[in-house]
This record gives sequence, structure tokens and C-alpha cells, in this order.
Amino acid sequence: MKKHEHTSVSDRNLFGFWVYLMSDCVIFAGLFATYAVLGHATFGGPGSYELANLPFVFVETMLLLTSSFTAGLALLSAKQGNKKTVVAALLATLLLGAAFLSMEISEFIGLAAEGSGPGRSAFLSAFFTLLGTHGLHVFLGLVWLIALIISVVRRGLTDGNSRKLMMFSLFWHFLDIIWIFIFTFVYLFGTLAL
Amino acid sequence: MKALRTYILGFVVSIALTVVAFALAQMHLASGHIFPTHELAVPALVALALVQLVVQLMLFLHVGQEPKPRWNLLAFYFAIIVVVILVGGTLWIMDNLTHMQMQEPYNVFEEENIFPHGHAE
Repeated sequence: MKKHEHTSVSDRNLFGFWVYLMSDCVIFAGLFATYAVLGHATFGGPGSYELANLPFVFVETMLLLTSSFTAGLALLSAKQGNKKTVVAALLATLLLGAAFLSMEISEFIGLAAEGSGPGRSAFLSAFFTLLGTHGLHVFLGLVWLIALIISVVRRGLTDGNSRKLMMFSLFWHFLDIIWIFIFTFVYLFGTLAL
Repeated sequence: MKALRTYILGFVVSIALTVVAFALAQMHLASGHIFPTHELAVPALVALALVQLVVQLMLFLHVGQEPKPRWNLLAFYFAIIVVVILVGGTLWIMDNLTHMQMQEPYNVFEEENIFPHGHAE
């Protein structure tokens, strides 16, 4: 690509998507701030110390981190025009992301079954909202990913698909970055019992 | 293949930082909240998260590596400013509010005997 071409449609689309990601970042900032403020308002229910199951969260973290890596690999293979590798890497991302999401959902269901749903205390409301919003993003990302895989298999690595793949990988890396802060400030800080 | 090496490096460093952070918390838990102390563990965990943030921003999201004019970088800086004001401001104001009312939010139920200590257990 020539240097003066950087106001192409593709670049403008990518910039628009980037601006969306930055505003999403602000939403998460608000949720993190709420979580920090309500962190001790447990109303006799379980606090963050009780919720922090380190081995479980460690596996979740590794699944999401690896899926972020495979999403990057998909983008690299697309640049080399290697369709088979792209599809394989995206399928790996899909499986890892789905495994992460099912672990998160099982944690939520387990908490709700103990009577520690989002209505139990202000702390749990903040907890479920923060993690639920992240989980919802992961879910929507997986739906998008399935559509993308189908599109790549059917039409190959067209310009449109390459652009979508680029946006998807940005989105997926972004979700992994949000998760760094969730595991640090929710779970690891939880074990410190501050 | 430079791009591939960048991703692999980012992946390996992220795993290492994550493992160290979890090991730190596990050590704290296993030692009965004695080592590492809270004064040590809190800044260490925050630092590990911030380093991993920078690593992933640079090696996965390639922030700041676009050709000029760097609009993406500008939008990113703006987001950082908003996040810092939002989170920092919220914590500051709410902490001040608690302080001015001379109450510790997590003690008030115990003091009023609404939920005596140990109720949950």
C-alpha cells in the first residue's frame, strides 16, 4: 500500500471501530469504579474473598489469553493469504472462547443456586454487572466469530473479510485486556481479603 | 515473520506475568495472609496488571505503530484521560464521602448489630 492511501475506506472503518472500542473502555471503567466502591457492601452475603477460586480463574484466564493469541495468528495468516490456517486459527479461537464463557456461566449459575445472585447484595450486583458485561461481550464476539468463519469459508479472504477479521481481532484483544483487570482487581484482590 | 515473533513474544510474556500474579496471590493465601504482606502484594499486583496491559497494547494491538497522522493513538489517549478521571474521581469522592460521615461502610451493620460478625458463617 502506498503511503498517501491511508484515508481509504478500510482505514476509516477501522478507525471507527477503534473509537467504539475506546468508548467501550469507558463503560468498563464505570463498572470497575462501581465495583470498587461497592466492594465491601456485602450485606452479610459472600464477599470477594469467598468468590475468588484461584485455580478456576487461572484456567479461565489461560483460555482467554490463548484465544487472544490464536485470533492474532488468524490475522497474520490472512495477511499471508493462507485461508486454511485462518479458518483453523479462528476455530481454535471459537473453541477457547466458548470454553471460557461456559466456565463463567457455570460460576454464575453456581452462585445463583447458592442464593448469591445479583440481588443478594450491592457487592454482588456490581460483581455480576461487571463480569456479566464482559461475558456478554465475549458471547457477542463468539456469534460474530461464527459468522466470520462461515463468510471466510464461503467467500475466501476477500477485502471485506480481511477487514472484518482485523476488527474482530482488535475486539478480541480488547476483551482480553479487560479480563486482565477483572482477574487482578476482582479475583486476586479478593484473595488478599482487603 | 517478524510479526509472528511479536505475537509469540506477547503471548509468552503475558503468560509469565499472569503466572507470577496468580502465584503471588496463592502464596499470600497459603501463608495465611502474612507473606507477601498487603503493602507489598497490592502494588505488585497492580504493577503486574499494568505491565501486561502495556505488553498487550504494544504487541497485540500495535498501539502507536500506525503511520502518521496517528488518530487511533489520539483516541486512545483521550480514552485513558476519561478512564483516569472517571475511576480516580469516583474513588476519591466516595472515599471522601465515607470519611466525612465518619463511617466505615463495612462496619456499620456490625455496629448496629444488624448483621453481627460471623452471621454469614
